Amino acid sequence: MSLRTNGLPDQDQLTASRPSPQRLARGPVAIFECFERIPCNPCFDACPTGAVLPFADINDIPKVDFDLCTGCGNCIAACPGLAIFVVDETFSTGEALLKIPYEFSPLPERGETIQVLNRAGREVGQGKVVRIQKGRNKLATPLVWLTVPKGLAQEVRHLARYQ
Amino acid sequence: MRIKDHPILDFPQGKKVTFYFEDQVLEGYEGEPIAAALHDAGIRVLRESQVLHRPRGFFCAIGNCSSCLMVVDGVPNVRVCVEKLRAGMTVRRQKGKGDLFASN
Amino acid sequence: MRQTNVLVIGGGPAGLSAATAAAQCGARVILVDSSSRLGGQLIKQTHKFFGSREQRAGTRGIEIARLLQEEAEAARVEILPETAALGLYSDGVVTLEKNERLIKLKPERLVVATGASEKTLAFANNDLPGIYGAGAVQTLMNVHGVRPGQRAVMVGAGNIGLIVSYQLCQAGVEVAAVVEAAPSIGGYAVHASKIRRLGIPILTSYSIKAAHGGETLEGVTVWQLNEKWQGIPGTEQVLAADILCLAVGLTPLTELLWQAGCQMEYIPELGGHVPWYDENQQTSVPGIYVAGDAAAVEEASSAMVTGKLAGLASAHSLGLCPDFPVLGEKVRQELTQLRAGPTGEKIRKGLGKLRARSRPGAM
Repeated sequence: MSLRTNGLPDQDQLTASRPSPQRLARGPVAIFECFERIPCNPCFDACPTGAVLPFADINDIPKVDFDLCTGCGNCIAACPGLAIFVVDETFSTGEALLKIPYEFSPLPERGETIQVLNRAGREVGQGKVVRIQKGRNKLATPLVWLTVPKGLAQEVRHLARYQ
Repeated sequence: MRIKDHPILDFPQGKKVTFYFEDQVLEGYEGEPIAAALHDAGIRVLRESQVLHRPRGFFCAIGNCSSCLMVVDGVPNVRVCVEKLRAGMTVRRQKGKGDLFASN
Repeated sequence: MRQTNVLVIGGGPAGLSAATAAAQCGARVILVDSSSRLGGQLIKQTHKFFGSREQRAGTRGIEIARLLQEEAEAARVEILPETAALGLYSDGVVTLEKNERLIKLKPERLVVATGASEKTLAFANNDLPGIYGAGAVQTLMNVHGVRPGQRAVMVGAGNIGLIVSYQLCQAGVEVAAVVEAAPSIGGYAVHASKIRRLGIPILTSYSIKAAHGGETLEGVTVWQLNEKWQGIPGTEQVLAADILCLAVGLTPLTELLWQAGCQMEYIPELGGHVPWYDENQQTSVPGIYVAGDAAAVEEASSAMVTGKLAGLASAHSLGLCPDFPVLGEKVRQELTQLRAGPTGEKIRKGLGKLRARSRPGAM
């Protein structure tokens, strides 16, 4: 099984795409789960710090200088594939902060306890919504800021509200 | 089944109007396709095929495929996926190829 | 009889781009579209587009439709909505129908941007109400705001199948599974990952065996395929569903081009029968151009670029657009870049075949 047969990246792909443990220990940073060459580069235009390096070929996989990335999350809402997430492993002793694109209605509320889901949509625990970052209008992709147990920071990529 | 709360879209709707489907009185929004109003009312069988008399619904929704032909205000072969709803319309399931001279 | 410099048939991404490009060069342009709202299939595309800034990447399709229409209006394109092109005759006359009246028009140049239609699939009970083209479900949900049912099965894991599955969830419809006959996912991996996160399984090497229901769809039987793409008995699973979406490819809508006597070629990689055309989108009939999915089924971003190319080239052939040698080359390079990666392989192969077919009149 692989990305091409079931839509799930394998461990090697995930490890290779991830910033170094040293960088993760320094604070918020974007994680690009974009593993396939497609003609697409809005993340480059969205990045205010130059962390997304210029594309030689629009089909290239984005190259990121994680030292320049501040974890602002501008690229998350710009990514047509919704393949970018921000992880802050320094949020608190036990928790990491995630910024996740969420295009469903109704949005969760600040302070709400939610189910957190992995890349296969399976519930792996609980999280808490810290902030909802909405755009100018409904066309912009909202970002949900949520806290999860630190051990789940690289597992959780989606959320669901309790009924 | 109208979508009430969509994350990206809003659906500005026209005036609410009534129309007739077979022996029922239904409601829809003026200017939307007849098929949309019928779907909202849970009606998905739109006609009966000519030879095997099988139920047919719509397939393409953009006026290309002719799967959704109905008799509207007595006129057969109306593509209800693109024909706009107006108040008081009479909509009937079409059987076979439709009769231009029938008085509905 | 009405006359114009350029007539564009079809108001989707290709047609709007063609009309704007030609009008900006100073051509008098009329654009006709059979529907009341311009934008073609963009008006139901709620997802953000790929590509680069030139093709408005990162912008949702619905927004691109609005922007393209504004540009066409600003360029003073005469837009005739709810106008169907009926025929294209050997003396260059195009017949149109608007409000049940026939209009005859003689354009000096014609751009055909009629798009494509959805394919269907053979299986038992494939005519039951509740079985739709994936695009039809998108229209119903995203244009008209009506939910097609409660629980869907999607056939096809190309981009359309993956995107519409996501959009079904956004509209509050449960998606039971995406089945794909090929051994791998055809669409972009990011789209596949997006729906996996929602918990939707993607079953590769699976197909539909039969649909079930009385008056309307109630369920489907799916089964696994062997390496010869034949169903394997014993692997059947019955999925309850009141919606079955078929996203099994598109066929270019080329009736007008056939009627015009354009040299047609069968190129599966481009979607089926397409007209022969040169590097500026001109068909074998001088003065008739083709753009968008009618020329080759690919992404809307490419459709905008082929439209622009056809619009510029048609204006140039009328003695307008003096910068065409430079501008045209720039636009062709934009296309080359969009098609350069692995996802453009099919289209490159198809265009290679098309170009290799004997040039009209060369025999």
